[in-house]
Amino acid sequence: MKNEDKLIIGGHEFNSRFILGSGKYSMKLIEAAVKDAGAEIITLAVRRANTKEQENILDYIPEGVTLLPNTSGARNAEEAVRIARLARELGCGNFVKVEIMRDTKYLLPDNQETIKATEILANEGFVVMPYMYPDLNAARDMVSAGAATIMPLASPIGSNKGLATKEFIQILIDEIDLPIIVDAGIGRPSQACEAMELGAAAIMANTALATAGDLPMMASAFRQAIEAGRKAYLSGLGRVLTRGASASDPLTGFLRD
Amino acid sequence: MVKVNGVEVDAAGKTVSEYIATTEYDSKRIAVERNGDIVFKSQYAVTVLEDDDRLEIVSFVGGG
Repeated sequence: MKNEDKLIIGGHEFNSRFILGSGKYSMKLIEAAVKDAGAEIITLAVRRANTKEQENILDYIPEGVTLLPNTSGARNAEEAVRIARLARELGCGNFVKVEIMRDTKYLLPDNQETIKATEILANEGFVVMPYMYPDLNAARDMVSAGAATIMPLASPIGSNKGLATKEFIQILIDEIDLPIIVDAGIGRPSQACEAMELGAAAIMANTALATAGDLPMMASAFRQAIEAGRKAYLSGLGRVLTRGASASDPLTGFLRD
Repeated sequence: MVKVNGVEVDAAGKTVSEYIATTEYDSKRIAVERNGDIVFKSQYAVTVLEDDDRLEIVSFVGGG
């Protein structure tokens, strides 16, 4: 991979294109997951503190990894802004993944509220990474509101169903002049690879790893798939024939006649 | 009474610092919101809790 192929988010440079989630698995696995994923960004959630828990997740995250708090639990822009401010006050930088959900069955992001929260938080100096339903008009509004990236879902969060929204993610990649980071629903390395081949800037995955048989091994598999997809994208894919066939071998010098 | 993370606590009259000292919260790992506004760490010692205040004390947990 060329050294100059950096992922740039809000002026910060990253070599890794794999954003790792930290939910639904043991804190003790985080270090191995980060290492095997090659991840430089890890997501976190903000919740009411528990005085009984002596262990804090921050103690398990290797130094130098950028923290990306999300606003999960927020049902509207106001709640997302509160959570983002609390996350920043926790003292680990100014990145935030805005995540606003009104419905609890499908956990679909509310694009309108997300646009509002993006604008408020961008004005307060946050590096805002909005999680969204892949809609070009909403994405354009998020760009205008000051988003640093756009994070469209591939399929319902936690479903591991893969690129159900492929056509619409492709439109965002083609039309939006910010990194498009595919977030939610990617269940297999092959799906991550395909999203990268389309031109996604990065992949965010959590459940695919947390529900895998061997978490660090799956982290490594995702890393390789993402790197493969990136290289394929940078290379440019080979063409597809609409019909017929085309031999790879010379059409002369046959051993006959 | 002060409502801390949804639970009534007898903390009115105490500063945020004094209240946290009575708990097992690790002050380096928490953020505090009082009635919807952030209480910055530098203000813990001078912010006096009042009756009916709502306090949220949060920390990071695993998430996606």
